[in-house]
Amino acid sequence: MAQLMPKRRLENIGLGITGFCVALVALVVVTLIFMVAQQGLSTFFVDGMDPIAFFTGQNWIPEQERYGALPMIVGSFAVTLLSTLFALPIAIGSAIFVVEVAPGFGRRIFQPVIELLVGIPSVVYGVLGLYVINALVKAVFGDAAPTGAGILSGAIVLAIMILPTITTLSMDALRAVPNQYREGSYALGCTRWQTTWHVVLKSAMPSLMTAVILGMTRAFGETLAVQMVIGGVERSMPTGLLDPASTLTAALTAGLSNAVSGSEYYHALWTLGLLLLVMSLIFILIIHLIGRKGAKANG
Amino acid sequence: MASEKVASSRNSALDAHVARIDRQDKIATGVLTVIVGLVILLVVSIIAYIVIRGAGRAFAPGFLTNSYNDEAMAGILYQLWDSFYLLLVTLVISVPISLGAAIFLVEYAPDNWVTSAAKTAIETLSSLPSIVVGMFGSLFFVVTLGWGISIIAGACALTMFNIPILVRTIQQALEDVPRSQRDAALAMGLTRWETTINVLLPAAMPAIVTGVVLSAGRVFGEAAALIFTSGSAPARLNFASVNFLSPTNPFNIFRPACSLAVYIWRLTSEPTAGSTEIVWGTATILLLCVLLFNVLARLLGKFLSRRLTAE
Repeated sequence: MAQLMPKRRLENIGLGITGFCVALVALVVVTLIFMVAQQGLSTFFVDGMDPIAFFTGQNWIPEQERYGALPMIVGSFAVTLLSTLFALPIAIGSAIFVVEVAPGFGRRIFQPVIELLVGIPSVVYGVLGLYVINALVKAVFGDAAPTGAGILSGAIVLAIMILPTITTLSMDALRAVPNQYREGSYALGCTRWQTTWHVVLKSAMPSLMTAVILGMTRAFGETLAVQMVIGGVERSMPTGLLDPASTLTAALTAGLSNAVSGSEYYHALWTLGLLLLVMSLIFILIIHLIGRKGAKANG
Repeated sequence: MASEKVASSRNSALDAHVARIDRQDKIATGVLTVIVGLVILLVVSIIAYIVIRGAGRAFAPGFLTNSYNDEAMAGILYQLWDSFYLLLVTLVISVPISLGAAIFLVEYAPDNWVTSAAKTAIETLSSLPSIVVGMFGSLFFVVTLGWGISIIAGACALTMFNIPILVRTIQQALEDVPRSQRDAALAMGLTRWETTINVLLPAAMPAIVTGVVLSAGRVFGEAAALIFTSGSAPARLNFASVNFLSPTNPFNIFRPACSLAVYIWRLTSEPTAGSTEIVWGTATILLLCVLLFNVLARLLGKFLSRRLTAE
């Protein structure tokens, strides 16, 4: 028995070390949520701001102590939805092409090419947006877009950034559709497009929706690329797609270095951070719900 | 006669239907081809544009070897150093933790609420916007732990950003090791820990190395989590310094640093004369470094798996 003991001790050491790593990660996440919530809720509980006034206020002017987060909330949702709208047809379309029409080309050429897009850092997209997309928007819309900075430019840059996310996940979703479904449909005399449209897309729907939501999560939380192209105007509500606006992430990036720790402005910025945190938790929840529903639908 | 007529009209209706769905099929295929062509054109033109726009500055003599405040030719030597040093410190912290966490989740994790809570925590971490991680770092690592704006605080923020990616790839790599290898080792009387260290890890090593290098590419370009943790002011470095506590010593982990990505952000938000050219040059170098990491990851993975599988 005594000879076996060192082995058991070894096993316990292994369990201890690896368990510690997991516990550490979990602890950091809990600390993060706790600290962001604590700082973010200080706006309401310490500084006594009215939550409704904060989230529906239409002006964000720290110098006058006016904190209305609606311009950034609207900005964030606008760029997220618009970029998803731009990226979605292209992403699903190319996923269909490389899975259903030309699988060999998809694996050998398309996949490595689209992975290049994932690798490009966010600031590089920002540079591209700032010097190229803004100039293009300005050239196309002329006086309607005096600087080119705005929700439209932000959405275009984001659409390029989330394109690979949605495309690769959609490719996985389509590849996961069992081949019998396609063969059954072809045996009934359906064309490739009919098969794709009525059979493949339908049965891959839950996974495709997950792909889209993950893309939206990325767009919502994307920081520097948007901040560099959107113009950074949070004083008042955005009036159009071509006017400079701001998002939650952009306002945080621009504001946090000027805010004095513990001040009302500092707490208000953390509340925006808390809002971002809550939104990303909601996105995760939606993905889980879709996954569960998809599992139930497929038996 | 009447029935023949019905049949022929039915036939022509069928023919029309077939012609219609064939046409639909052709149009759909055509549209999809155009979309894919446009996507490839987009990727190629983005990369080509950045490289062409910045190559003039990026490969000008001195750009990689001069300091940012060099009067004749401002360079990015310090930022380049800081980027690689930050990456190194980040990997030193995040690889062991991710390895441990992944081994726990694959080998030990009991099927209960603790495990599912840990998995949820890692998933949460992966979906957090990097600016939120940066904010948390600026409060927790910089203020609460008292490290100040420093490389170590930045590396810890990057670690939080890196862990979910690494845990997932290492987990995948361990799960892909054939079941028979694990069973054989356990049947020989090895404990799970010995099995993991001596059998599973070596077998999974090529995939793990590929994953680590790929994640290094992501970390290398990250900026939002760094602005408030390791700072955005270009650091002054003295490569002759031997005092490891001096703020100009390149190896001091408690000094502020400015990576390539943060430098680009700072130059675009506070433009100075001639900064546009530096921005494009730096962006080119950053992009090439990241692409290099991707190529390196693939080559290294292939090389290692050849070394480890074919004796």
